[in-house]
Amino acid sequence: MSLNELWFALFVIIIAGYLILDGFDMGVGILLVPLAKDDTERRTFLNSIGPVWDGNEVWLVLGGGVLFAVFPLAYASLFSGLYLAFMLVLLVMILRTVALEFRSKESGRRWRSTWDVVFSGASLGLALLLGVAFGNVVAGLPVDANGNISISLIALLTPFALLVGVTTAAMFAVQGGIYLLMKTEGELYDRIARAMPRIMVTFFVLNTLVVVAMVLFQQQITQRYLDDIWPVIFPAAALAALAAAWLYVRRGQAFRAFLCSSAMIALLLISGGIGLYPNLITSTIDPANSLTITNAASAQNTLEVALIVAVIGMPFVLLYTAGVYYIFRGKTVVDPHGY
Amino acid sequence: MDAEQLSRIQFALTASFHFIFPPLSMGLGLMLVVIGVIYFRTKDPKWRRLSFFWVKVYGLIFALGVATGVVQEFEFGMNWANYSRFVGNVFGSLLAAEGVFAFFLEGGFLGLMLFGGNRLGPRLWLFSIFMVVFGAHFSALWIIMANSWMQTPQGYTIATDPAPARAVMTDFWEVVFTKSFIPRLMHVFMASWTVGAALMMSVSAWYLLKKRHVELAKSNLKVALPAFILFATVNVVIFGANQAVEVTQNQPLKLASMEGLWESESCARMFVIGWVDETTQTTSGISIPCLLSFLAYQDINATVAGIDTFAPAPIPPINLLFQVYHFMIVMGPALAAIGVLGGLMFLWKRRLYTSRFVLSLLVITVFLGEATITSGWWTAEIGRQPWVVYNVLETAEGVSPVLAALDVLLSLGMFIVLYSLLLVLFLYLLNRKIQDGPEELEDVETAEVSSLPDTFRDIFSRRQRAADLGEER
Repeated sequence: MSLNELWFALFVIIIAGYLILDGFDMGVGILLVPLAKDDTERRTFLNSIGPVWDGNEVWLVLGGGVLFAVFPLAYASLFSGLYLAFMLVLLVMILRTVALEFRSKESGRRWRSTWDVVFSGASLGLALLLGVAFGNVVAGLPVDANGNISISLIALLTPFALLVGVTTAAMFAVQGGIYLLMKTEGELYDRIARAMPRIMVTFFVLNTLVVVAMVLFQQQITQRYLDDIWPVIFPAAALAALAAAWLYVRRGQAFRAFLCSSAMIALLLISGGIGLYPNLITSTIDPANSLTITNAASAQNTLEVALIVAVIGMPFVLLYTAGVYYIFRGKTVVDPHGY
Repeated sequence: MDAEQLSRIQFALTASFHFIFPPLSMGLGLMLVVIGVIYFRTKDPKWRRLSFFWVKVYGLIFALGVATGVVQEFEFGMNWANYSRFVGNVFGSLLAAEGVFAFFLEGGFLGLMLFGGNRLGPRLWLFSIFMVVFGAHFSALWIIMANSWMQTPQGYTIATDPAPARAVMTDFWEVVFTKSFIPRLMHVFMASWTVGAALMMSVSAWYLLKKRHVELAKSNLKVALPAFILFATVNVVIFGANQAVEVTQNQPLKLASMEGLWESESCARMFVIGWVDETTQTTSGISIPCLLSFLAYQDINATVAGIDTFAPAPIPPINLLFQVYHFMIVMGPALAAIGVLGGLMFLWKRRLYTSRFVLSLLVITVFLGEATITSGWWTAEIGRQPWVVYNVLETAEGVSPVLAALDVLLSLGMFIVLYSLLLVLFLYLLNRKIQDGPEELEDVETAEVSSLPDTFRDIFSRRQRAADLGEER
């Protein structure tokens, strides 16, 4: 395995880490307005993610930094080409952060319900935007001979990309809902548990549509699965993980269900990554313009330095992450020191 | 205006707004550690009360720092794609290292810091605070390192095949330890500590002026004021002065531009206040003779190279640079002087507590401090123009080639609206927090302090886990 291949794999893992972790706090945001009725319930939702959301978001920052360092040409083309889309990503990320931070600083009902709607809407918006961006990366973008992408915001909103966007939001709602099952109790728990089957079925249907759309219209992705049958184990395992999550939710074993839905997210992303490989961004103008893990990469010595950084740093990252989740395990208690 | 100019304005705006918060995260964080250590040694509950109060303020500051920080990372690729293509090998890896090493440290322990007061014993809580503050400094270290490489690039070679041209690393340690890195790092750290201490001092002084929480404010001031005097003075006398030497050695044209020194001079004067006329290439104002020669070479007769020496090298906007630089140069010592005045009034039979004038001066130090460090950062960045990587890549060459001016105008408009809103909300909530003042310990403590886990062994012990599992089932 070359360094470029290794870094491609690591990049996929980092993005998977982001989707698993920030995915559940986006999911909690998406479910905040529909499922939490009064102020205490809403605070339970927010405090369940309170100690960890910042660390979760760092995974996206890390993904951006790694893309910049390891595949700078892809980073530059993607971020400048999808300028307004990324601007909207920044907008909703900022709104999410400040809504969470500001809402419980005042006791007025209007103040709180406004920020709750902002947080919920921004969480949904971020999920949709990430999904649309991913849908476009899967479908390919108009990369010219100089590696530049020129596309308007409207042109990004293809039916396929929108479908991926909605599916992503549903996926995060599943992830967030299961997380909330671990964190809530009593009446609130029952209400979430009753909503879970509908959310999970919705996601399953949407995801099936995405797979069908890929097979029919995105053959550059599915071709790999036809050339070489063994990678099919990844989407198959994702399906199995979803089924297992369903069973554990029904049995009330939320922690195991959470592990299964997390595994499912990672497996779905890996399935997409396998379809893309060795391209990072497939050109719809001319395949020769595609940005790949070799032509978009930094020099070998930079990849080595970055790998050393990752080898030293990542164990600490996993240690802090595990430690924080361990300390804040169990049901969420709303106290005056929280959100 | 074209996409490049709009991108410059947008980057300047977003970076400056972001730069309000990280220095406070470092400086106020350091002061929180100091207060925590004092509580740990004295066990006097007033320090614990102050910790609860300042941690809440810190949470607000930190959230805004995080929210506005992500923008910076994305903007390199969005607005400055050619810059990103050129420097990705070098600059990108430093940014990624910041993410791996520093952000997770902060992100991981921030939850423990903000929520730990009721969950952790005093020792572990202090440890969490320390780790967040350590992470904030560690993060700044990588950013200053990356920026110093842009100021004094080394340890790289330019590869042109295949296109596009890019800087490829030849020696990692040369990239890390560029000539300007350590002096600039120390200057930024010390400036951040000054602003952090200033915030604590300002709020304490304001309480004394308003006669609220008087005993608590006096205790707090007794910690914040000496820290402020120390940091402000050391930064002027040692690290600020050292910056002059560093710039003289590494970027002599920048030094001449900062001072509006058009022609070389021995015993070069240094302005206190002045105006540069760029068309006639003259600088006029009130100046101190020979001071620039002394600061640059520690010799009042030394010759300082003027802008003419470097012709036809391109120059930054001289008057703008001159003004922001001189604002910093004047305000730095002025802040130190305010601190010393406060200290003397304290020593003089505690008159500080009743002197409304001096207390008012202390209240405004945090605003002056923020303005001063911002002007310092502007000096570094404007002084580097028209280069983005000094003498290697021009800022104009770094802009994204496909960017439409209208798109940048839209995003700039969005940032202006959003950031204005954030600033208003931030100041409103900060003000509310300060008006409410430190809460009584009974109101914030929900558990007996002695019952909280205070070592890692407590947290991870098997008995604890068994008890928790028992409760959950």
